[in-house]
Amino acid sequence: MNASVQGHTASHLTATGPALLSVDQVSLEYRTPQRVVRATHQVSFEIDSADRFILLGPSGCGKSTLLKAVAGFHSPCEGHIRLLEQAVTAPGPDRMVVFQEFDQLPPWKTVKQNVMFPLLASRTLPRREAEERALHYLDKVGLTAFADAYPHTLSGGMKARVAIARALAMQPKILLMDEPFAALDALTRRKMQEELLLLWEEVRFTLLFVTHSIEEALVVGNRILLLSPHPGRVRAEINSHQYGLHSLGGTEFQQAARRIHRLLFDENDVASSEQALNFADIRIAY
Amino acid sequence: MSQSSSVRQEYEVVLEPLLTVPVERELPLGQRLWQQGWLRKSLILIVLAVLWELVARYQNNDLLLPTFLQTASALYDGLISGELLNKVGISLVVLLKGYLIGIALAFALTTLAVSTQLGRDLLSTLTSMFNPLPAIALLPLALLWFGLGQNSLIFVLVHSVLWALALNTYAGFLGVSQTLRMAGRNYGLKGIRFVLLILIPAALPSILAGLKIGWAFAWRTLIAAELVFGATSGKGGLGWYIFQNRNELYTDKVFAGLAVVILIGLLVENLVFDTLERVTVKRWGMQH
Repeated sequence: MNASVQGHTASHLTATGPALLSVDQVSLEYRTPQRVVRATHQVSFEIDSADRFILLGPSGCGKSTLLKAVAGFHSPCEGHIRLLEQAVTAPGPDRMVVFQEFDQLPPWKTVKQNVMFPLLASRTLPRREAEERALHYLDKVGLTAFADAYPHTLSGGMKARVAIARALAMQPKILLMDEPFAALDALTRRKMQEELLLLWEEVRFTLLFVTHSIEEALVVGNRILLLSPHPGRVRAEINSHQYGLHSLGGTEFQQAARRIHRLLFDENDVASSEQALNFADIRIAY
Repeated sequence: MSQSSSVRQEYEVVLEPLLTVPVERELPLGQRLWQQGWLRKSLILIVLAVLWELVARYQNNDLLLPTFLQTASALYDGLISGELLNKVGISLVVLLKGYLIGIALAFALTTLAVSTQLGRDLLSTLTSMFNPLPAIALLPLALLWFGLGQNSLIFVLVHSVLWALALNTYAGFLGVSQTLRMAGRNYGLKGIRFVLLILIPAALPSILAGLKIGWAFAWRTLIAAELVFGATSGKGGLGWYIFQNRNELYTDKVFAGLAVVILIGLLVENLVFDTLERVTVKRWGMQH
């Protein structure tokens, strides 16, 4: 079971045409003043249209670096990243990123101006239409009443909503989310996951989502790519379309979580399946 | 021991709307007045003026220390006759020219510094060379190069504004968070648009601090330059007014001139810069 992933290429089974995003044997390195560190090693995966694709792995496995490479902030030292057959070379508004940090919203712009900012900066729309579209997406995330507020007056969850509205308003080819809810409290995080799924039902955007929480991966994603600890290599790709917020705590959900836990941390098969795991133990990093 | 872990009775409370206690109430008048910054600062000024008046009366020597009231009347006369306003006008025009050129150069230099490695080296070398050099020390050289007149004053003013502002602006640019930078690049912003739309607003607190320091440096350099060399340019400014009146032993007019220097400083600080801060960085929650 484990051997089959060695030297793999991305799973082609269900793809009918060329994938929306293809990451092919990508290795990433970053520099410190003393040495060059390999963050990921020959990672491949493909994302189809309307996928909610999750990159899941322990801290330091290079999943965020991988997302930033797709966004165009790092270039791979080997392999290729292609979006709709076109090589990714630089950051661009067709791959909007939602970051974890709250300071991703320029504090000198109101909520509405923040959502309009990429539309205007990338010259996608003229001012009036940008305003209309901004209000439309603010309505979708339920922040119409706060359109003229400044970001420093908002709560963490509201800031995350603004960042999502801002990214969706660009109608990007793919939406990149880098642990967007990790800085939120548990209740708000649950609410945001729910809202993100509702938005997806409505808009059907394509999502690449980085997380270190098994539970969040199962709830949010329809496919999960598991990365090994540093340097990140592909450990498995798992389907999770059948799970949602409603399945939290169910037996199947727990089994899937346990399986992922075992794959990530390479625990002995027999020992871990024998153990009666409490669900609370599985949430590795909240 | 077993008592501490015994189970207590659970309960639920149905909450009625809270009407018996007012949810918010006003502070007393005294406290509200004390919250007004301008009122507190005016009080300090009044106390200082009274102290001055008392000391001057005790001293009783108009030639060395005129009283506050004498100075005030000299100031009033100067303003009414238009002489003082005329001098202030001359000084401010020169000051603004030097200030604006200095700002433009500082932004050009810092933009270069955030874009290229060479620009960074250039900025750090130049600021460490010229920042410690007093602007007034360049005046003899400026007079030699640009002759007697406005241009040599503007040259030293630019020198006094440029390095302080460039240093602050560059420090502000370096402090802009990595996430905000990435967000800007994500929108496809590059080069000068990236600087204008992301870096400058994000670094505004430092830039404003630099503008304030630059303004103070420029103002004091100008007065000093006029005091020393103001006579040589056909019509002198405020520094020249002070210098001339000292020569003729009109000490009250000297004090009136100094008071105007201070008043303009206070006005610019409290009206221009405070307003700028209130409508920008304070409103955006970047400074409290």
